Amino acid sequence: MGKIFKFGQDVDTDQIIASQYIIYPTIDEMKVHTFESLDSDFAANVQPGDYVVASENFGCGSSREQAPSVLKALGVKAVVAKSFARIFYRNAINIGLPVIVCKELHDNVQTGEEMELFMQEGVVRVNDKEYECTRLPEYMQGILDQGGLIASLNKEEEK
Amino acid sequence: MGETIIEKIVRNNVGRVVHPGDIVTVNVDRVMIHDIFIPFVAAKFEEMGFTKIWDTDKAVLIYDHLVPASQVDDTRHFREGNAFAAKYDMKHVHRSDGICHQLMTEAGYVKPGNIVFGTDSHTTTYGCVGAFSSGIGYTEMASILGTGTLWIRVPETIKIHITGKLPANVMAKDIILKLIGDLGADGATYKALEFTGDTIEQMSVASRMSMSNMAVEAGAKCALFAPDEKTAAYCEMTLTQKERELVGDTDAQYCQVLHYQAEDFVPVMACPSNVDKIKPVSELVGKEIDQVFIGSCTNGRLEDLMAAAEIVRGKHVAPFVKLIVTPASRKIYRQAIENGTMEVLTQAGAIVTHPSCGLCCGRTGGILTDHETVVATNNRNFLGRMGTSKVGIYLASPRTAAACAIAGKIVVPE
Repeated sequence: MGKIFKFGQDVDTDQIIASQYIIYPTIDEMKVHTFESLDSDFAANVQPGDYVVASENFGCGSSREQAPSVLKALGVKAVVAKSFARIFYRNAINIGLPVIVCKELHDNVQTGEEMELFMQEGVVRVNDKEYECTRLPEYMQGILDQGGLIASLNKEEEK
Repeated sequence: MGETIIEKIVRNNVGRVVHPGDIVTVNVDRVMIHDIFIPFVAAKFEEMGFTKIWDTDKAVLIYDHLVPASQVDDTRHFREGNAFAAKYDMKHVHRSDGICHQLMTEAGYVKPGNIVFGTDSHTTTYGCVGAFSSGIGYTEMASILGTGTLWIRVPETIKIHITGKLPANVMAKDIILKLIGDLGADGATYKALEFTGDTIEQMSVASRMSMSNMAVEAGAKCALFAPDEKTAAYCEMTLTQKERELVGDTDAQYCQVLHYQAEDFVPVMACPSNVDKIKPVSELVGKEIDQVFIGSCTNGRLEDLMAAAEIVRGKHVAPFVKLIVTPASRKIYRQAIENGTMEVLTQAGAIVTHPSCGLCCGRTGGILTDHETVVATNNRNFLGRMGTSKVGIYLASPRTAAACAIAGKIVVPE
């Protein structure tokens, strides 16, 4: 179980991690500024295993991979949104952060509620209610299962 | 059955017919990495255990976001970029020639039918010459540098057909802003855009470029213009039969087709703080402004500077307004000096900066503070992009921006 942190529509990558921080040398130095302009306490309050829930077009804007990386570094277990912007979606899978499309969840939950994700089954559960979510295409699930693109490439080499 | 442009490009690359939704591995023709991400690409490349770049002729490294350095830490990016380029024998490194997307087309790195990836979301720009190009993250870039390949999902295509003659005060920027407003910020997510019609055929490659550049603001994966004689002249080449065939077939399958009449377009602006929050300039008239920015990979080209010069000729920028002009490349800067454009702009009170991303990435060149308002020709007006989160950013065409600089408030250009 993890807590929900709920965000709105068109959350762009500048809002996830602003431009002035993405040139910090390490993700750990950046991560304390995650969602700073939307919720300055987010980085202090989020715990490993918590979830980010958003509406449409999460992660639109720049190609910065730091956006999914800071979320993963803070221990966010998955981002569940109505839809994702393309580059954020690819980046998240490549670094091993699950990104789940669920059309109904956002409108029915609040920040602070407890949630559980069953990725294989394509289901999330909040307040004893279950919501169906889209499963990843096999190819992408494969990359995610192996822990991201680097692990996946290394594994291909072993073959 | 017919094919869209993107389906033809991918078919030529993988050697078999493809359909939207197919996941295929493509051979990459060219990659672009810019200064912000090179340290991260370099670290990932070595973490993946690669020892050489798959083809050193195909990788381009461009310093633009941080040039020249405005903070001491920025220099780390040049140092680590230079070390990586030397270690892996990179052939193409631009250290102060201009903005990455401008240089990729201007210096001839991208040709019709190419498949190109860059570590920047506005990599969609190269669709202006009929190339499939898109933005990716630094981990994937490191992977391409080692393998020369990337998996992609073949996208559906939205066709946008525009016919007729544009009003004199309307630029390509007004068209793409209006389209983003109509589609919404995620209206084209995972999809390709394809532009057709006689209005598009009449358009310069520079104008097409400002449209393909901003396609990502509607979520698009790429935005394609069929290569034609204008493309050939721009790329300084003769189109082969294969390149000439890169047009959408009449019986191709489009997921959506939008028709527009050129005469219906008016000057528009994207209002704070979303690119799809589009209003006609006529509805915003009178709002006082503090600064105007003309530049970026969207609108820092010669025709943009000339359009601005035409508006400000013989006039002067309003007393409390700063007009910042940033040419997209050194070549454009020189051309604008040679043809007198810079003379007109500076006489009118413009502050001309070195070619770079400048104010568009909010690190240098005129950052703003709370409650200030800027009219800008770049591609994003996100919260906090040009200074504090309480800066109001209005995106507009160079013509509109120049007219606002003279008036000191939002006005409709003549």
